[in-house]
Amino acid sequence: MDYTLFVIQLLNGLQLGILLFLVASGLTLVFGILDFVNLAHGSVYMLGAFICASLTFALGNFVYALLISLPIVAVIGYGFERLIARPLYERDHLDHVLGTFGAILVIDTLAHMIWGPAGIAIPLPAALDGQTQLAPDIIVPTFRLAIITAGLIAAAGLYWLVNHTRTGMLIRAGASNRTMVTALGVDIQALFSFVFAIGAALAGLAGMLIAPITEASLGMGNNIIITAFVVIIVGGIGSMKGAFLAALLIGMIDTLGRAFLDDIFKLFMSSSAAENSAPAISSMSIYLIMASILFFRPQGLFPPKLR
Amino acid sequence: MQKKVFVQGLILAAVLIVPLLLNYMGHPFYLDLATRLCILAIAAVGLNLILGYGGMISFGHAAYLGLGAYAVGIPAHHWLYGGMDAIATTNGFVQFGLALLVSGIFALLTGLVCLKVKGVYFIMITMAFAQMVYYLFISIAEYGGDDGLVIDTRSEFPLVNFDDATQLFTICAVSLFFVMWLVWRISKSQFGMVLAGIKGNEQRMIAMGYNTFAYKLAAYVISGMICGFSGALLGNFTTFISPEMIDWARSGELMFMVILGGVATTFGPLLGAITFIILEEVLSTITIYWHLPFGLLLIGVVMFVKGGLSALIPKAGDKE
Repeated sequence: MDYTLFVIQLLNGLQLGILLFLVASGLTLVFGILDFVNLAHGSVYMLGAFICASLTFALGNFVYALLISLPIVAVIGYGFERLIARPLYERDHLDHVLGTFGAILVIDTLAHMIWGPAGIAIPLPAALDGQTQLAPDIIVPTFRLAIITAGLIAAAGLYWLVNHTRTGMLIRAGASNRTMVTALGVDIQALFSFVFAIGAALAGLAGMLIAPITEASLGMGNNIIITAFVVIIVGGIGSMKGAFLAALLIGMIDTLGRAFLDDIFKLFMSSSAAENSAPAISSMSIYLIMASILFFRPQGLFPPKLR
Repeated sequence: MQKKVFVQGLILAAVLIVPLLLNYMGHPFYLDLATRLCILAIAAVGLNLILGYGGMISFGHAAYLGLGAYAVGIPAHHWLYGGMDAIATTNGFVQFGLALLVSGIFALLTGLVCLKVKGVYFIMITMAFAQMVYYLFISIAEYGGDDGLVIDTRSEFPLVNFDDATQLFTICAVSLFFVMWLVWRISKSQFGMVLAGIKGNEQRMIAMGYNTFAYKLAAYVISGMICGFSGALLGNFTTFISPEMIDWARSGELMFMVILGGVATTFGPLLGAITFIILEEVLSTITIYWHLPFGLLLIGVVMFVKGGLSALIPKAGDKE
């Protein structure tokens, strides 16, 4: 393993972890507070990417497009809560899964009708498009650093919102005891809609940030949503801290596993066996982790404190 | 009661005879459609055993379809291209036996883990195991990886010929009837009663001295094996298998069939599968955007229809 490659892969893992956190944070809020399983959360991630792509072409600038897309995606999340999620709160998880699965089909098809079957690549402004030299041997694309920075800013903003504002206090209170919060006269429905909108904006942001690298495409939401569920279960459902640490953990394991597992396996098995088994094990690894967490510590690594 | 039995008989007769008739009249397309219908219905019946009767919401049953299909494809692949002599064969008994064995063992091992957790965690952990199978087959380059595996030779049985579409359909339809009968028998047996009791109130069944874990595990394994069997038929029907068949969206579709038709009923999964196939066929000929009305329907069913189709058509269901 050489040092340069390792540092670059570490940064890639960090980037994936931060994007995963942006998607998982909304999911864990909704799951923790409302006990609502939202499979369609990944579709908002995809919508964010497509809307941002269209606006980039309309405005000619990726950064402006991103800033305008954010409130649009939040409104979509708000609408989704009112139309689909709210009637299903009182139902069991099976109905949540099926209802939001239906919503995925609807949203994906609408996206297909609007933007067509092919992916859309987003051009970056010159300032973000270059390479940055971090250390003598380490050159990374500037945009990857921008993703990490933007993601960290969003995470910090979310931390501030949840831990240092009155709304955040209500959200935390709602997560630990929903009935009590309602009894104290808080309009819990409005709070729920707000949480959905915030979650949608964060997931949308993740989609907008990744789109210039992978392009906006139809299946992208369905790939990340399952990984985001892995994150919130490993981290502990309803826990922001858990979601953050688990997202970084899963991001690192996934990226580093893909990059280095065959080298590690070669230390103790024949190189052809290592090359055959490493890809399988590395793509399965995060699910193995999730299954073991569920088995040995079902509440997750960092469960929220409940009273 | 008489009327109900009559309607049920009519549905079964229609499933068997109409496609054969249409094929005879020169529309082989409908025979293919009906074959696919029967295969998916078998899987839905298998899922219904745990989802409907046992209250275990598995979000990973497409994995068993995949395992069953690969259990046909992999021996056939080695029979043609060499290697892995122990399983290289086109003998149907070996392939179907392998499908049942592998899906049974997989269900047993994952069931030991999955059944320790409840509720939404169960949904997620069954999905996680299905994803592992999905990525396993994606990363095995020898069996086509992402692109899938073409099954060059169908399973070979004495007397029947799977290459003949009519015979393959008949086998699938008869298998479906058998599996429906089997699950009906199970649901009426002492075992089925205990399972229903666990679904209703597990604590009470534990207090009555039942080893509920063992009962659930047994149901989980049977359900997995039924889906594995359906997968083996699917492999023979499509003569192609790809990891895409194990995708979590496929598991969602299976759940949809069971819910749409009506959980914990003998005819529910069949009605669900019929509706699914007809919708898919009709809508996809009208528009390439057929997922849109389909998704809306799914949301509508979840929100407004209680008890599925067999509750809408009371005569066709078999809930007392």
